[in-house]
Amino acid sequence: MNTAYNFAFFDEGSKREIRRATLKAIAIPGYQVPFASREMPIGRGWGTGGLQLTLSLIGRNDVLKVIDQGSDESVNAVNIKKLVCDTTGVETTEHTEEATLIQSRHRIPEVPLRKGQILVLQVPLPEPLRYYEPSESQTKKLHAEKEYSGAWLMLFEQIMKYGSMTTGADHPVLVNGRYVMAPSPIPRYDNPKMQQNDALILLGAGREKKVYAVPPYTKVVSLDFDDYHFQPESFEGKHCRLCGSTGVFLDELVDEAANKTVYQCNDTSYCLEKLNEVEKVGVN
Amino acid sequence: MGYVAVKGGTIAIEESIKRLKYERIQQGQAIEVEKIQAGMRGLIDQVMSESSLYNEGLAALAIKQAEGNPEEAVFLLRAFRSTVPRKHYSRVIESGEMHVERRISASFKDIPGGQILGATTDYTHRLLDFSLLKETDKIVQEWLHHYHNEGAGGETGPQVLPKVVDYLRQEGLIPPCENNDSEPDDVTRESLEFPSSRSQRLQILTRGETGAVTSLAYAVIRGYGALHPTVGELRVGTLPVSIDHPAGQGNNDEDAFYIGEVKVTEVEMLMPVTVEKEYGKKELEFEIGYGLCFGQNETKAIAMGILDNCLEHPNNEFPSHNEEFVLFHIDSVESTGFISHLKMPHYVTFQSKLDSVRKTKKEEKQEVTTG
Repeated sequence: MNTAYNFAFFDEGSKREIRRATLKAIAIPGYQVPFASREMPIGRGWGTGGLQLTLSLIGRNDVLKVIDQGSDESVNAVNIKKLVCDTTGVETTEHTEEATLIQSRHRIPEVPLRKGQILVLQVPLPEPLRYYEPSESQTKKLHAEKEYSGAWLMLFEQIMKYGSMTTGADHPVLVNGRYVMAPSPIPRYDNPKMQQNDALILLGAGREKKVYAVPPYTKVVSLDFDDYHFQPESFEGKHCRLCGSTGVFLDELVDEAANKTVYQCNDTSYCLEKLNEVEKVGVN
Repeated sequence: MGYVAVKGGTIAIEESIKRLKYERIQQGQAIEVEKIQAGMRGLIDQVMSESSLYNEGLAALAIKQAEGNPEEAVFLLRAFRSTVPRKHYSRVIESGEMHVERRISASFKDIPGGQILGATTDYTHRLLDFSLLKETDKIVQEWLHHYHNEGAGGETGPQVLPKVVDYLRQEGLIPPCENNDSEPDDVTRESLEFPSSRSQRLQILTRGETGAVTSLAYAVIRGYGALHPTVGELRVGTLPVSIDHPAGQGNNDEDAFYIGEVKVTEVEMLMPVTVEKEYGKKELEFEIGYGLCFGQNETKAIAMGILDNCLEHPNNEFPSHNEEFVLFHIDSVESTGFISHLKMPHYVTFQSKLDSVRKTKKEEKQEVTTG
């Protein structure tokens, strides 16, 4: 542990200030609370918002899991974990269930979150309306007035042009019937997991200096139309080549030897747990 | 035995960091931080200004660690800055108290107190000086000895000089203005909201990346803006910094502590504007654009002065007059951070987009076959 710095890197005053913004965010689900985002020892845009939330919340008894695009071993996840461990000395895990605090980029784990856990999502662009309104003072007004026709029009235009909604990741959601929110670039597949989740979901955008939250058991609905329903990515008829799972988000890979497309669980720790379960059963 | 996670990422990072260190020192020479501090004034000033942290020693260390890359050095110092608690705010500094080392005006030849060229590259010929290849500590020290014997380079006593702007104000060419003594906002403690206050704008401009601030101001005077400025006065010098007694009552001059001085570049730009008076009569007046930054960073300070005035006059025709456009995009750590984040894996988001693209292709095909 690096003792040249305070516990969890920040001075206590900074941590308290971030927690205050977080409390406000929890009190107003989906509302983007501005906060005095600090410069971090990792790049702005590399998860500094999530990292600041994690550092402001972490205590000595926490167990930390960090994933990046579904993987515990992705270089950026490793790097963030290393920084938090260096300045706190907390225990880390790859098992979703064991973690008290999970920082993630672009995925909600496959293993359902439980009561008491906190999921911190890293957010590059927190403003769901930015796509059609570049000005911050304008989007702030639109949120205040609950004027979201632009967001619906955006989806409508996609249907007119392409025959379906073409949002990739970051499909906008309506939180608690009030605020339209960017769920961070999680795949559409993960959007429904936010609905009535048992855990607290916090979203941090460091560069854009915003914190927002989905408290446990909050209504979160992906924007769609009565006749054009929200559609998650489809992996119909596909399964993980390692653990055989279906009904999970899969990575598409090319098997060079056989020159064909194969699929594999994107959530690596989930896949590993499945594999180990199978092995245990086999031993019995 | 169960499966274990592959530890590829961890090992790869460790090896990469080792390789980075190798690149820094591969020629078998260690550069001393003192040497950087002694000889890289320009880079140190730029890095301190963009980091908004005034410490030559730490800046030199950051430059060493960053192998001279200002983007990286600023990043290091900003991150360090986040760990330092804010214990005091300085007392108000009157920039008129500056101990001037250099001061010029492009508006008036004979300014009260005179023009002082000081140290500047403005009138050097930019010819590579090959004699520097052989410069040694000994040669440098001998030169210094002679220089001091000439009576130069010594203390000429504090040079506190009247300001050009005050002269113009007395003449009635610049409208008088009251001191604004309201407590400034602090952009490092509370994030920017719009419309912004002038104190917020000035802070973000002074922390801005030198190249970015310069480019935007250049665009303004080249045509993408509505300004034709002149340098009213440019000063380089030191300002004394003091803080109130932590346990003292109010702000008593006698109890204040002097904590040191900072070297700054201060610029007051003059912009001619047309103002409408009574009965539609039009008059020309001057307005001020203000620039101030740590160290000797003259181009940046001038550019800041231009942009300060631009943002005082919002104009949707030009992005340079739009506060969100300017203030959100000139920070070094933010812009380089977000650009460089594109190097991170985007496998999930890309897969997600791929799904949408395939879906539209499939629908297209169906339409063709059914149509």
